[in-house]
Amino acid sequence: MATVQVSEAEKVYIMHGVRDDLRVDGRGCEDYRHMEIETDVVSNTDGSAKVTLGHTVVLVGIKAEIGKPKPMVTDEGYLEFFVDCSANATPEFEGRGGEELGTELSNTLYKVFNNRNSIDLRGLCISPGEHCWVLYVDVLLLQCDGNLFDAISVAIKAALFNTRIPKVHISEDEEGGKEIELSDDPYDCMRLNVENVPCIVTLCKVGHRHVVDATLLEKACSVASLLISVTQRGTVTCVRKVGGGSLDPESIFEMTETGKRVGKALHAPLMEVLQKEESLEKKRQKVGFLG
Amino acid sequence: MAVDMRLPSVRKQVTDSLLSATTGKHLVVPGDVITSDTGFMRGHGTYMDEEKLTASVAGEVERVNKLICVRPLKTRFNGEVGDVVVGRITEVQQKRWKVETNSRLDSVLLLSSVNLPGGELRRRSAEDELTMRHYLQEGDLISAEVQSVFSDGALSLHTRSLKYGKLGQGVLVQVSPSLVKRQKTHFHNLTCGASIILGNNGYVWLYPTPGQQDEEAGGYYTSMEPVSLSDREVISRLRNCLLALAAHKVLLYDTSVLYCYESSLSHQIKDILKPEVMEEIVMETRQRLMDQEG
Repeated sequence: MATVQVSEAEKVYIMHGVRDDLRVDGRGCEDYRHMEIETDVVSNTDGSAKVTLGHTVVLVGIKAEIGKPKPMVTDEGYLEFFVDCSANATPEFEGRGGEELGTELSNTLYKVFNNRNSIDLRGLCISPGEHCWVLYVDVLLLQCDGNLFDAISVAIKAALFNTRIPKVHISEDEEGGKEIELSDDPYDCMRLNVENVPCIVTLCKVGHRHVVDATLLEKACSVASLLISVTQRGTVTCVRKVGGGSLDPESIFEMTETGKRVGKALHAPLMEVLQKEESLEKKRQKVGFLG
Repeated sequence: MAVDMRLPSVRKQVTDSLLSATTGKHLVVPGDVITSDTGFMRGHGTYMDEEKLTASVAGEVERVNKLICVRPLKTRFNGEVGDVVVGRITEVQQKRWKVETNSRLDSVLLLSSVNLPGGELRRRSAEDELTMRHYLQEGDLISAEVQSVFSDGALSLHTRSLKYGKLGQGVLVQVSPSLVKRQKTHFHNLTCGASIILGNNGYVWLYPTPGQQDEEAGGYYTSMEPVSLSDREVISRLRNCLLALAAHKVLLYDTSVLYCYESSLSHQIKDILKPEVMEEIVMETRQRLMDQEG
């Protein structure tokens, strides 16, 4: 993880600020930084999204490929995650430096998103036991300024919303052999239902309080943080503690409650932005990376 | 709880001719031909490409007689003797500290060029050498002055004045060194209720205005007393104003910072960093600065 050096006095200043509910950038403890979302930014993917949260920038691309279902669940498709930590984000990621963080992130994302409660995995099945859609979700970290999990989860939800999977027809010849035919029409495609896709809220314990959307500086002052994935309805689907410090049960309870409230409130504006972007269609001016 | 999500907005195009017409500056990007006249000398930020003098960085062209340089907009810090800098200790070594000052090489602060508690004329003993980490340890922030520049461009710093030394509670803002205006003094007690150190290296330190200073500590005593909420509000607002000014490439000095602070007062602190608010208050600041200049 990208780390920053903080002096003792700075730490004290930040911790007292959190106690007074006024953080260094003027936010309260439960405020997010300004977030910008754009979908359909990479043309050679089936769905993509770029999310900017403060100075954190992540790009998510989703590619659909036909594969074999897993032997345990023959009637479901599945998702594969790969997180690439670009050395652009911080020089520490150069070479194999970002691998550890990448694996940690992709393992967590796999736990949060790859289950039938989050995404309709049955809908990804083409013919049980033989063929299914595999969604390869590739995450690229372009800039790190704390709160990677939240930014990535929002980007994944946006990219899933943007994903269009071509429709396929299965034809059977006389001998019983099956053949998959892809539709010729590029607009003849199915979309994913993102209603139950959760967003991750990271709560960092700073002093006696907890903050959402911590910057790198605040992260340096916190001992432990809690990841909570929450759906639109406020259902908690996954909780994970990260960081070396310990949390007492009471604060875990408080943090879960905050996470639930904040996570639930995250979905409405996100869907609003995505619907708005889609309604603009051709009129939308693409911003991309140089805008 | 507040979440502000939106679609990204396209940055407004400023036409080149309009910009240079209003500011009278010759602006270039890498690869731009500055002149094809061979009578000029090649300075920093330029190179010869097929007999033509070409810019290698984005910035403003400067001409001194026959010498042509390009002063880059975004750069590392090229220190000069007498510059005020804010830096962070990265290493404690034999008789010296290594300081990160946004230059290409880490600067050094020698034990012999700091004021230790106990007066000016104190001998540095072996004991002082052993307790160096007691004064400054890794991660600590200091303000200092450039004492000399080595042949490889690395800087040697000194803190032999009571105004320099270890920094206590406050907020560090990092901007490009080219945005800090060179002035007689870089230490300001702003009238809005906070103090600011505008380091020439682009590191700006915001801190609550201190009461009376304790001379005995020689600048190595830091108060860990909580800062009052009103001071915090001022510092947070100033921090966001500095970032807004830097995002719109406005030169930073006491007046511009203060004007920006005043025009931001109608907005909440956390809203200042939203693009449209940022644009509005910077426009207002620019207008006031222009009016003042006449």
